[in-house]
Amino acid sequence: MKYISKVVSLKLNAEKCVGCGMCLEVCPHNVLRMEGRKAVIADLDGCMECGACMTNCAFGAITVNKGVGCAAAIINSLLYGGEPSCDCSGGKGRDSCC
Amino acid sequence: MPEIKLTIAPGTFKELKKPPYATGTVQSAIGKVWQVPAELTTADKFGIFRCRTSAYRNDYKVEPGLYAIGQPGGASDIIVTANYKYSFDVVRRALKGMSAWILVLNTKGINVWCAAGKGTFGTAELIKRMQLAQLDKLSERKTIILPQLGAVGISAHEVRKATGFKVVYGPVHAKDLRAFISAGHKATKEMRTMEFPITSRMALVPMEVIPMLKKYPFFALIVLLAFGLEPSGILFKNAIGGGLPFLAFGLGSIFTGAALTPALLPFIPTRSFAVKGWITGVVGTGLLMSAFPHFNTILLGITLLFFPVASSYIALQFTGSTTFTGMSGVNKELKTSIPIYLFSVAVSVLLLIVYKIIEWRVL
Repeated sequence: MKYISKVVSLKLNAEKCVGCGMCLEVCPHNVLRMEGRKAVIADLDGCMECGACMTNCAFGAITVNKGVGCAAAIINSLLYGGEPSCDCSGGKGRDSCC
Repeated sequence: MPEIKLTIAPGTFKELKKPPYATGTVQSAIGKVWQVPAELTTADKFGIFRCRTSAYRNDYKVEPGLYAIGQPGGASDIIVTANYKYSFDVVRRALKGMSAWILVLNTKGINVWCAAGKGTFGTAELIKRMQLAQLDKLSERKTIILPQLGAVGISAHEVRKATGFKVVYGPVHAKDLRAFISAGHKATKEMRTMEFPITSRMALVPMEVIPMLKKYPFFALIVLLAFGLEPSGILFKNAIGGGLPFLAFGLGSIFTGAALTPALLPFIPTRSFAVKGWITGVVGTGLLMSAFPHFNTILLGITLLFFPVASSYIALQFTGSTTFTGMSGVNKELKTSIPIYLFSVAVSVLLLIVYKIIEWRVL
């Protein structure tokens, strides 16, 4: 299953990449693969912008506008300000997303 | 009996009463640690069911800290998880017959992936829990196994810098832990990939439908008032008679947006959730309309305009539950769909006013 195409903000700087393969390990959607001794983005549309690769790249080779792909979270941030987050529900006993 | 000092406390060593899910203690290099069974009780399983269907999941926690499965020692694997009891339960169930340590982070009762997104399943919390549990004394291996989806919040190289421990990312699903460990901490491509099969999608449907059904009475009230309102007062006969089709269409939109769209997700054309929900909404509303053959033209217009759009809006909410939708995509969808939603609601209300004016013959 793929989501909206050509919008993903993931970028990989080949000059900084040392080919350790950590990004391939943490990606839950096989977005990256090794080409020779460097990682490359193989499936941009498959990326859900979770940011795991960026957080685990010790060499700062990956950037992505990390965030939640959740309509309710984004609508809430538009209405009440702040970054979109999963905290849309708040207190105990109310319906929470996760 | 002498009081046992235990290591599961959120602070340093602290006496704590036995958690209900612990069955005993094991002796370790850092003292006694609560032992938990790998078998889930009926109550544990019922807890999972309640988490899947209600707000029960918002407060379903275990105490953060270190736990033992089997009889682990200095060479045993250390598996990290969240303090959402559902997460903790699936991890211990996956370790049946094995001996290992489970290090539970304080994620405020939230599952690994969501907590990692929020940062509570994060580098700082992990380092803190490792230090509180004195893993440097407990373990000879200097390796910890993290759930792969925790990588969103954990920076493996920073953990290594701070603690000297190597972070190994395990499989996405706890059920693959045994195979991962047997293979010498190696994950297959399948173990690393987050799929979204029909079983997962259907498991999420109750928590899409139930919150919508809770909002439904407000919608029903507005419909009944709109149809029942007469210059002389509110007529129940009109409210029920005129409102019934709309009440049915409203339920239909919840069904197509919150249940049918998630279920048929990969089979509905287009990648946009808003369009997918609109398509199922048109089909659903169309089918329901056949039950009400003698429909006023204005009401027909409202029906075709409003209810597919309602289904679309509800389906768009499912982006928050999927395993593959990203923020850039949702932003793009919202940019086009929100104006359409607002326009459709405004026109529907106007049409309803026109309908009432004609009905009352005030013009």
